[in-house]
Amino acid sequence: MSTVELARRASAVTRRTPWLLAGPAILLFVGIVLIPIAMTVLLSFHDWGQYKGIDPIITLKNWRDIATDSYFFEIFLRTFRIALLVTAISVLIGAPEAYILNRMRAPWRGIFLVIVLGPLLISVVARTLGWALLFGSTGLINVALVRLGVVASPVQFMFSEIGMIVALVHVLVPFVVISVWASLQRLDPQVENAALSLGASAFTVLRRIVLPQVMPGILSGAIVVFALAASAFATPAIIGGRRLKVASTLAYDEFLNTLNWPLGAAVAVLLLVAVAAIIVGSNRLVERRYAEVFE
Amino acid sequence: MSRNGPLALAFHALFIAFILAPIVIVCAVAFTPEGYLSLPTNGLSLRWFKAIADYPEFVRAFRDSLWLAALSSTIAVLLAVPAALAIARYRFAGREAVLALFMSPLMIPPVVLGIAFLRFFTVIGLGGTFLGLVLAHIVIVTPFALRLVLAASTGLDRAVEHAAVSLGASPFTMFRRVTLPLILPGVVSGWVLAFITSFDEVTMTVFIASPATTTLPVRMFLYIQDNIDPLVTSVSAVLIFMTAILMIALDRLYGLDRLFVGAGK
Repeated sequence: MSTVELARRASAVTRRTPWLLAGPAILLFVGIVLIPIAMTVLLSFHDWGQYKGIDPIITLKNWRDIATDSYFFEIFLRTFRIALLVTAISVLIGAPEAYILNRMRAPWRGIFLVIVLGPLLISVVARTLGWALLFGSTGLINVALVRLGVVASPVQFMFSEIGMIVALVHVLVPFVVISVWASLQRLDPQVENAALSLGASAFTVLRRIVLPQVMPGILSGAIVVFALAASAFATPAIIGGRRLKVASTLAYDEFLNTLNWPLGAAVAVLLLVAVAAIIVGSNRLVERRYAEVFE
Repeated sequence: MSRNGPLALAFHALFIAFILAPIVIVCAVAFTPEGYLSLPTNGLSLRWFKAIADYPEFVRAFRDSLWLAALSSTIAVLLAVPAALAIARYRFAGREAVLALFMSPLMIPPVVLGIAFLRFFTVIGLGGTFLGLVLAHIVIVTPFALRLVLAASTGLDRAVEHAAVSLGASPFTMFRRVTLPLILPGVVSGWVLAFITSFDEVTMTVFIASPATTTLPVRMFLYIQDNIDPLVTSVSAVLIFMTAILMIALDRLYGLDRLFVGAGK
């Protein structure tokens, strides 16, 4: 065998190696992610009837229903309104908290970081149950609000958008904290000191030095929160009950209660496309605007 | 660096109270001696923790959840380690696409995944089976395991591996004696994160679980939809204690801040 032949064989082996290593995972993901998603898209074009069940013809009926019925429009509007408010509130309270955490001293910094990030690992059902307990008409929040004189009579948090927003902010705000925290770690404190020594006030330093540098962190945290809030299920389902639906609980009801799978699939596909479009679109925007920061 | 002012500390105190409030209230109500939802103002009682044992549905769901999480995170790590090494070391055509494929379950809303799995498993005859649950959970926890193993293998010093090979080690010996020990913290943390993610998953699982094979979060979710009583708070409290222990282990092992940087992307 010639040396050229050997070298060619060796490079063929090297070329095959990554595919052999990643192969089992690729097969699984193609078989159990891509194919089921494709089947769901196809399902959304099928017909359904109370007695005939799923009719595997191709029709735009479900899509026409979603496009024309104001019931669906209202639910999708509510979903994105809630997601937008949750994102805004999470940024407004999460970013300052990350900044405060970053200025803390050694033991406290680590302890509070664990307290803020830890809840991400706790079951979302258990966390939402906590809010359901706090929200109840005799719950602690209303007792406190009435005693403090903030409100005259108990506020209806359960089955309301306010309740959903408060609980979702609690579930998702750690994503903003961690994202801003990560970009604060890359900051050079000497730049702040330079600005201070040149006579800038603490507020000016925050506004002109710190904020522009952590903006990519704030925006990427916001994108994550928005995507997760728009597709959240357990929290809206527990707080909103059957009365106040969002897109994901609507799809759930169509699937498991009405049993109209094709319509449920259409709602789910629309949610998938809308969320993916918003993530990709805003990621592009952020990357173009902050190209120099990402290098 | 300047210190936080009183205003900042007051904000911080409110923020921490907001984060802890629902978790603390669940744990507090779990210790109530009363037969209804209330704070334990008349002393603490373990009666609702004892009541869990009389409710076999929760015990069975807890056991199924443990098995499901252990199986799916172990298989996910077995798939993720070679896949991460392939992505970290080789520049091959389609590398970006393969990585995007592995990370795709994080981009897809869990409701959509649940619906897709329900449809798929019903068609191929795996509907409502434990095998179906395991397959679905492998897919959703692999991105978490892969991300941590990938991070560990990207920063690896390859000179050590070259030394092993030049000293006559076979590729497998090199992997077992050199590569694996070096990436082990990433592998173990990846497994723990995958385990917790599988154990906590509710949205996707609610679609494919059946009354015979269901997980603890799904059982709790369905229970809460009907009524909220102290029993479900004591189950949640057990879950919170367990997670807290794993959380401290993960923080020591890997650092919670590093764990979540780039999470959800």
